[in-house]
Amino acid sequence: MNNLIGTFNGLQFSSGDALLELSYLAAALLFVFGLKLLSHPETARRGNLLAAGGMLLAMVTTALLHKNDAGQAIPLANLLVIILAIGVGAVTGWIIALRVQMTAMPQLVSFYNATGGLASALVALLEFPKAQAGDTGSLLVTILGLIIGAVAFSGSMIAYGKLDGKVQDIRVGYLKYVNIILLALTLSVGTFLIFSGETPAGQVGVIWLLFALSLLYGVLFVMPIGGADMPVVISLLNAFTGVAAAMAGYIYHNQAMILGGILVGSAGMILTILMCKAMNRSLLNVIVGAFGGAGQTADHENGIMKEISLSDAAVLLNYSQKVVVIPGYGLAVAQAQHLVHELDQLLESRDVNVRYAIHPVAGRMPGHMNVLLAEADVPYDKLVEMDDINPDMTNIDVAIVIGANDVVNPAAIDDPASPIYGMPIINAHQAKNIIVMKRGAGKGYAGIENFLFFNNKTRMFYGNAKDSIQKLVSEIKSL
Amino acid sequence: MEQILHFFFTYKEPVFIIALSIFLGIEVISNVPAVLHTPLMSGANAISGVIIIGGIILVGHADLSRFSGELVLGVLALIFGTLNVVGGFAVTDRMLEMFKKKKKAN
Repeated sequence: MNNLIGTFNGLQFSSGDALLELSYLAAALLFVFGLKLLSHPETARRGNLLAAGGMLLAMVTTALLHKNDAGQAIPLANLLVIILAIGVGAVTGWIIALRVQMTAMPQLVSFYNATGGLASALVALLEFPKAQAGDTGSLLVTILGLIIGAVAFSGSMIAYGKLDGKVQDIRVGYLKYVNIILLALTLSVGTFLIFSGETPAGQVGVIWLLFALSLLYGVLFVMPIGGADMPVVISLLNAFTGVAAAMAGYIYHNQAMILGGILVGSAGMILTILMCKAMNRSLLNVIVGAFGGAGQTADHENGIMKEISLSDAAVLLNYSQKVVVIPGYGLAVAQAQHLVHELDQLLESRDVNVRYAIHPVAGRMPGHMNVLLAEADVPYDKLVEMDDINPDMTNIDVAIVIGANDVVNPAAIDDPASPIYGMPIINAHQAKNIIVMKRGAGKGYAGIENFLFFNNKTRMFYGNAKDSIQKLVSEIKSL
Repeated sequence: MEQILHFFFTYKEPVFIIALSIFLGIEVISNVPAVLHTPLMSGANAISGVIIIGGIILVGHADLSRFSGELVLGVLALIFGTLNVVGGFAVTDRMLEMFKKKKKAN
């Protein structure tokens, strides 16, 4: 492996060096192919395993074949330290992954994202002093990797805390100005480090200052963003971590790292844009966080919500032909997804066609509701996307809205003064009957009145979603 | 202007790779159905843990004969990076397994 087989750009290389690069090429291809397969339900699992295989390959060949500039391989003692550190991380990660509840998936993804961001920031922090003075390219990617990685880390930790209910939103008007100043300061320190021309090794203090500023910015940037916007933030932070890893890839002239990181960045950016579109808001608007509580329109006069009795609801569902369930985060909070599936199977056994209409931002991260329903054994072909169900909505006998609110609010279509005007919604109001399961008569997440509830076709079914569905199931069984 | 051109020429290879990777990422991912958004995100998230290669290189060539901050931070980077990689792939597999099971039941 160590016999020199040629020279490239004036440097001698061995067959081991060539093999290492070949393994990086294989890893990069496995990442691309894995992601490709991940985007189809049939092949997704294989895709994930392929990407994991690519990662394992790159890790093993790096440990065995990498040489430093002096041509030395990784010594055995260092190899043991590496195996130990990887072992600790792997076992911890594995245990958390096996234990996590599906409702807690957004927290977990945020947490893992935080660890990846921190790893990137630490690598950049350690590589900075080794850079050459005046090597603009290396300094640029190192500084960018540090800032982006640190923001992804602290931002993801705050997102994790919020999703877990440990951190409250802070919404004060001046925070927006503090953030702009802090961002400007962070970028100026970064620019100074790139262009000062000083020896990087002599500026370790400044790079730590930059690290601290970036961490602080990550915290303050996520702090004012509300729970309903979490799908956007998680996607965005995910993209950041990818870009940070790609930056580090340049430091090591490692194309697998660059490609892998940029792929993740693209994926995160696409999801960010999809989520923003699903809420009809610009990314800037989400980050500045000016949602909810704003100017209400004049009260509509038809302010009566009509309740439905248990037996009426059971009869209505039992003798329907087409039923659509519209789940929201309230369903997950009540842990009622298994019961909904029971209701759905019961109705199917009575020749009622039951489908689920999933809004893109239902849940707390992109696609979260689909995972929760999949966990409850709902076949994925019963999960229908918003754009596919809306044209058929007028043929639906009953739309059951469970723990969802803003995503079915017709104000998004017909009330230009509403803060959610223009947001795509599931057209529950076009169904022949609507049953709304809700804990109480309160407003939704965004604090906006929902005129669907006052619709003549709508009946309210108050109570905890789990209890309500349980009662409904027993009532239908007795019919 | 001249400086920008100089920068581009010096770093043309990484700039090409980055530009093409962005395009590739968009092409590969843009048609993903909403059902798979969460697994796609957690799987992609695990790939961003590719930073552990940097961690392996750092710790691999670190001086073990004396205790240094570099070694500690490098080991931390490795631990956190691995947590990201292993946890991310494992939890994605767990989610996708649920989707698969349903296919048979149907």
